[in-house]
Amino acid sequence: MPVRRLAPPDVQPPTFAFSKANAEWAKAQTEKYPPGRQQSAIIPLLWKAQEQHGGWLPEAAIRHVAEFLGMAHIRALEVATFYTMFNLEPVGKFHVQLCGTTPCRLRGADDLEKVCKKRFGEQGRVTKDGTFSWVEVECLGACTNAPMVQINYDFYEDLDKKSFEDILDRLADGKKVKPGPQNGRQLSAPIGGPTTLTDKSIYEKR
Amino acid sequence: MLADKDRIFTNLYGLQDGGLKGARSRGSYDGIKGIIAKGRDGIINEVKASGLRGRGGAGFPTGLKWSFMPKQSDGRPHYLVVNADESEPGTCKDREIMRNDPHHLIEGCLIAGFAMGANAGYIYIRGEFIREREALQAAIDEAYEARLLGKNAAGTGWDFDLYVHHGAGAYICGEETALLESLEGKKGQPRLKPPFPANVGLYGCPTTVNNVESIAAVPTILRRGAAWFAAIGRPNNTGTKLFCISGHVEKPCNVEEAMGIPLRELLEKHAGGVRGGWDNLLAVIPGGSSMPLIPAGATGCDDLFMDFDGCAKHKSALGTAAVIVMDKSTDIVRAMTRISYFYKHESCGQCTPCREGMGWMWRVLTRMSEGRAQKKEIDMLFEVTKQIEGHTICAFGDGAAWPVQGLLRHFRPEIERRIDEYTARSSELGVRDPMPEAAE
Repeated sequence: MPVRRLAPPDVQPPTFAFSKANAEWAKAQTEKYPPGRQQSAIIPLLWKAQEQHGGWLPEAAIRHVAEFLGMAHIRALEVATFYTMFNLEPVGKFHVQLCGTTPCRLRGADDLEKVCKKRFGEQGRVTKDGTFSWVEVECLGACTNAPMVQINYDFYEDLDKKSFEDILDRLADGKKVKPGPQNGRQLSAPIGGPTTLTDKSIYEKR
Repeated sequence: MLADKDRIFTNLYGLQDGGLKGARSRGSYDGIKGIIAKGRDGIINEVKASGLRGRGGAGFPTGLKWSFMPKQSDGRPHYLVVNADESEPGTCKDREIMRNDPHHLIEGCLIAGFAMGANAGYIYIRGEFIREREALQAAIDEAYEARLLGKNAAGTGWDFDLYVHHGAGAYICGEETALLESLEGKKGQPRLKPPFPANVGLYGCPTTVNNVESIAAVPTILRRGAAWFAAIGRPNNTGTKLFCISGHVEKPCNVEEAMGIPLRELLEKHAGGVRGGWDNLLAVIPGGSSMPLIPAGATGCDDLFMDFDGCAKHKSALGTAAVIVMDKSTDIVRAMTRISYFYKHESCGQCTPCREGMGWMWRVLTRMSEGRAQKKEIDMLFEVTKQIEGHTICAFGDGAAWPVQGLLRHFRPEIERRIDEYTARSSELGVRDPMPEAAE
């Protein structure tokens, strides 16, 4: 299990509170669960707090969510430190999560890792201008489109050194980037076109 | 090859309209009232007769699982929980269902919910699938609007609410009781069983946890009949299955095929074959990273039928049918070391054999991949995998021990070769006697 600690006190903001819109959203989330089970909503709420705080989760936000849900602080801290998508330290505007598990490694994740190291240095640090940070993560579940990275909310798949560098360049320049496969294929269909579902008659009106 | 008309996931690649209108034109929700009218036992018996086995890895018969739910409620509500925490390395099939064919899943939830007396269902999707979560939520909203969910869902007389819940990056939450803990707002640490979820599950109520693909296959099975599904594949291994083909093939892809398809046919028909030809194959992992690898050759991959029994014959398992192909250029020891690192990273830390053993195995394998080890450590490592396997609360320990056992079973000579090579260079490297070390 990974060792995860809260960010040092000097980067921790003193307070955190949900914005009005987020507080309403959070209230609605708790209603998905039976009465008295609002604690169930902790992961979505912590995620929302992280979103509001620019991609990382300060201690004040964890405490705020705990109070919002009527939980002991320690229970919320347990959850925040257990789940690795909660960034306990600041991240860049574009947080690159590089999948480094075997299926991606087999298809060239090593090259992508070199690109990250060359451009951003060691993982877990934010570039000086605050634009980028990167981290190696475990399998992101897009193995037929390996190698791939997740940048903020989107998956960028079927990468190689060049297409990955292009994406990073465009992001750095503030340009739009198209998520998904970068080699022209249709989602997870074989490149060059599907070998199945080619019989048009199955789509005719019955 | 399976005919297109016998495929369940007709929008696997997102080339058709994935919305409700498109799904309906492909048959979703057709005759749903008639299906519900079969009654709880009728549905469960039909699913049993189809031979559908769980698609999440363990292959437990789905109909039988449903039948474990109490027939009469004792006052506690029943819950359906769908496991969409797809995280097994190599596996990426549920993602396609949720973003391209979500109505199969939603209709399946309604049917399964009714069959187990549940008025509420939760779909637990992994946190990283943000866009997939949005697509699924949009499909659920659409279904609510069309009154296919909610009170008197789809006019069947059954009330059914369906919610999307998400995780935040913990592989272990794919284990059903860890998933339930997580859904209750706690750390995802598996529960000791018994009691099983069918008696004490979510919020202490009877609960059944099913994989996305299992649930999504159910509507088509009930519409076309158990006999149709049971006629595909081999006895005890029936139906169609989504295969995720990754690694060293020309065209990696997801594809729905008949169970029991020979590995070579699967790879050559849909994935363009092994990179460099069939003879360039080194080994495959047939069912996601937890399953032991199967080496190439007449007694290995040449004779591999892709179903539960076919993989078991080679001391492996079908798992999630995520085929990870490795050609002869693969550094097999490093590839398996990386898998070991995955398990080290993802262990929940609850049971000592797993928490400590994962790091132990990874450190020893890291040295072995460089040859920096002693031959007697190979047997010691195997012994350690046996100390982990079966000695933990959940199957995570087994799933981490098996791939290492598979490596040692089939590639021991390769590890010995590296050790010999390293030892031969030891004087120039200034190493006297490589010391066994595994402690942190």
